[in-house]
Amino acid sequence: MKSDTVVSRKSIFPFRVKFEQRISDVPKWYPIALSFAAVVVALLIGAIVLAVGGGNPWATYAHIARASFGSVGVFSDTLVKATPLILVGLACTVAFRMKLWNIGAEGQFFVGAFGASAVVLIPLLPETAPNWLFIIAMMLAGMFCGAIFGLIPGLLKAIFNVNEVISTLMLNYIAVAWNNFFIFAIWTEGGFQMSKVFPKNAWLPRLTDLGSEYPFFRGLTTHFGLIIAIIAAVILWYILNRSKWGYEIRLIGDNPKAANYAGIPIKKHIVLVMVVSGALAGLAGMSEISGVVHRLQGAISPGYGFTGIIVAWLAKLNPIAVIFVSILFGALILAGREIQPSGVPKMIQGVILVCLIASDFLIRYRVKIIRNSEEE
Amino acid sequence: MNQSTETLVKENVIEMRGITKRFPGVLANDHVDFDLRSGEIHALLGENGAGKSTLMNILAGLYKPDSGNILIHGKSVAFASPKDAIGAGIGMIHQHFMLVPSQTVTENILLGLNEPRFIMNLKMYDQNIVELGEKYGLPVDPKAKIWQLSVGEQQRVEILKMLYRGAEILIMDEPTAVLAPQEIEILFNTLHNMVGLGKSVIFISHKLHEVEQISDRLTVLRKGTVTAQGIEAKGVTRADLARLMVGRDIIFSLEKKPCNPGKPVIQVENVHCLNDKGLNSVNGVSFEVRSGEIVGIAGVAGNGQKELADVLTGLRKCSQGKIIIQGDDIANRNAKAGIRHGVSHIPEDRTHIGTAPNLSVTDNVIMKNYTKKPISKGWMLDTPSAEIYARELKDVYDIIVPSIDTPVRLLSGGNLQRVILAREISSEPTFLVAMQPTRGLDVGAIEGVQKLLLLQRDAGAAILLISEELEELISLSDRILVIYEGEIMGEVFDGNIDEIGLMMTGTRQNQLLKSGEIHEI
Ligand SMILES: Nc1ncnc2c1ncn2[C@@H]1O[C@H](COP(=O)(O)OP(=O)(O)OP(=O)(O)O)[C@@H](O)[C@H]1O
Ligand SMILES: [Mg+2]
Repeated sequence: MKSDTVVSRKSIFPFRVKFEQRISDVPKWYPIALSFAAVVVALLIGAIVLAVGGGNPWATYAHIARASFGSVGVFSDTLVKATPLILVGLACTVAFRMKLWNIGAEGQFFVGAFGASAVVLIPLLPETAPNWLFIIAMMLAGMFCGAIFGLIPGLLKAIFNVNEVISTLMLNYIAVAWNNFFIFAIWTEGGFQMSKVFPKNAWLPRLTDLGSEYPFFRGLTTHFGLIIAIIAAVILWYILNRSKWGYEIRLIGDNPKAANYAGIPIKKHIVLVMVVSGALAGLAGMSEISGVVHRLQGAISPGYGFTGIIVAWLAKLNPIAVIFVSILFGALILAGREIQPSGVPKMIQGVILVCLIASDFLIRYRVKIIRNSEEE
Repeated sequence: MNQSTETLVKENVIEMRGITKRFPGVLANDHVDFDLRSGEIHALLGENGAGKSTLMNILAGLYKPDSGNILIHGKSVAFASPKDAIGAGIGMIHQHFMLVPSQTVTENILLGLNEPRFIMNLKMYDQNIVELGEKYGLPVDPKAKIWQLSVGEQQRVEILKMLYRGAEILIMDEPTAVLAPQEIEILFNTLHNMVGLGKSVIFISHKLHEVEQISDRLTVLRKGTVTAQGIEAKGVTRADLARLMVGRDIIFSLEKKPCNPGKPVIQVENVHCLNDKGLNSVNGVSFEVRSGEIVGIAGVAGNGQKELADVLTGLRKCSQGKIIIQGDDIANRNAKAGIRHGVSHIPEDRTHIGTAPNLSVTDNVIMKNYTKKPISKGWMLDTPSAEIYARELKDVYDIIVPSIDTPVRLLSGGNLQRVILAREISSEPTFLVAMQPTRGLDVGAIEGVQKLLLLQRDAGAAILLISEELEELISLSDRILVIYEGEIMGEVFDGNIDEIGLMMTGTRQNQLLKSGEIHEI
């Protein structure tokens, strides 16, 4: 064992802070409590920054809270933002469980959106096709395209041992350029950098569509994608924790050599996991296109693919926790539109991430405060 | 205190008083007293899970006791980290080494020290290390990279690392478990050198003859409590020790039914393969193992045994040759092909290959049969039956663990080995490759495992037993093949130790016959 203690050497203070490596395991509730604490600390740090910048932190937070949870209307908007995050967070969760660092969810999201749009714009289905058929076809097409963008790095890794971090990152750029090509050159509407609006039967149903029957839902934009995302989370939880495939992923993630010894084909699983991860991110793209944007255009993601990485991490790779974390981050994204400067929620997001990563340290180390006089 | 009387004999360098340590679900140490005199080799004995490693981890500053205190030279100390312990002159060498494979010996020894601040002028340090090694009889090449060294050499580096940090007291946790007999001799010489120069050594081992050979005094633990504290090693018999450890008498002889071999289960024909460094390691090995027999492979460590085991179980590609199991050639397929033909494998490396450390006992025991009913239910895993299975194995194989959900990295060394044995033997293999199956087990468990192996043999399994312990090989095997530099030197049916010994050093059997040294009966 090397350097197990980090001692701060400030002897002016009557106390010293000492970090000791933990030997025994922490109780089950500890990581969860720690994550909550990290978020709270992050908000406090954000408050200090706001105060130093001359703002009123409490007013800002109150505003953020009101802007994202304040009424049924804004909460519905928060859920709209959370929907793609859940799916992308799930995409990252599957891959990270096997220690496959898929950071290409953003690109997979874009090609998923492309695939879904292609159903309408090529068109693969006539405009008069029923709504359910459109939804199923768009889901399949979106997942298929996302899966292709997962398959490529998966194959590269399995066959040539190409680092998936690099290949998935690069594919992000390709995906954006690919979409742009179609937006600018092929499906452009009157020279604008966007396609025509999809016909209504290619839209995911929204709460507001029920407005005529239930006035309460009028104006609420939460769409069917949320249901899809939650179902996906539950299925994924079930698969990861109860199926043979989930067991194999766990085994490979913990010790690939033992998995190999147990006769599990690791390469096959690398490809498979990347395909599933890509498909989930592609589904997120489909849900966004068909549930919110209703046309293919350039700006469809404020970095959902990257935020998904944070979401998965914060949820400790638990699919059910992904749902709740996504709602928190959906709120922050939404607040970004309400608050000026819009950088504030982004800053808070960043601080939350840093605090979370730092809090991991406390799972492995224990803090001890020692009075200098009682030096051992 | 009784210290005044003991000073007459030799000064106590360490006294541990009333040490108690509880882990969730286990009382690992229960008011343990232990003392170490200067210049002695003190053996620490006990069954698997008795709390030996825990007690020593406490002494080395890795764990904190729940209660009790430690005195060094009569002064009370409390360690917060291994650094504090090494500062007080206590160094521990763990069973699993903690060296950086890609770095040199010198770099590894200097790692984590304040001096030098930057790695510069390594020549001078190289020289220092060579001198230190010569002083204690620990020859090493300071410029060699760790991955190039044998296990025994790596252990020497660990010892040097501790000596370089000024250790006066060396704790060795099962140091001989990973060594070949020749390396054990070297280690014992080193230990004698060190106590001659005034150091003290605590030595953990399950091998009673080693304890008799090297230790001055010994302490025995049973289920966390002391059953014999600091008794003189002279005059204590193996039977006494076994009784102290296990609490019952152990019979040191195996009842072996006559061998009744059936049809060949596996035929190995002219197999060649490379080792991890890309060098020829198995060079044209042919043999067969029939159902209902145990074939032993004897040889000095590093003569291709591990690679042979890997090839036979599908973990390594072979460059030439055939491996036919039940009429099917499985050479250059994968582990799965072997598992499907009922091949089981007890690997040499239990932490890196044999288990997944962060997964539970349940997840680890179902590793080979989760695709079979009843644990497999369609594409699902039937959790209740997996748990029933795990609980059953825990009872039958006496795995001491608070619950089957405990991650296996928290198991004691011997209990981890039992997890692997339970998984591999309970699958009722047609062909079992067992590499050092009893390594790290206590005497009681060794007896149990040997019986189980014989039971499998009598039930018709073909067993290939690879071991460096000749005694075990001879008592279990029906015939023994001797391997040297990846080639089979010959075959012994009667357990003739001299003949095996000569072949292990590279003399072929036909040469022996020619020169008339051994007469075939
Ligand atoms: N960090 C830990 N957390 C929980 N339980 C532990 C931990 N370390 C050890 N134990 C438990 O404490 C008991 C004593 O373990 P220890 O490693 O001291 O045994 P040991 O005498 O060294 O056995 P062996 O001969 O098998 O190595 C075991 O039941 C083990 O499972
Ligand atoms: Mg131990």
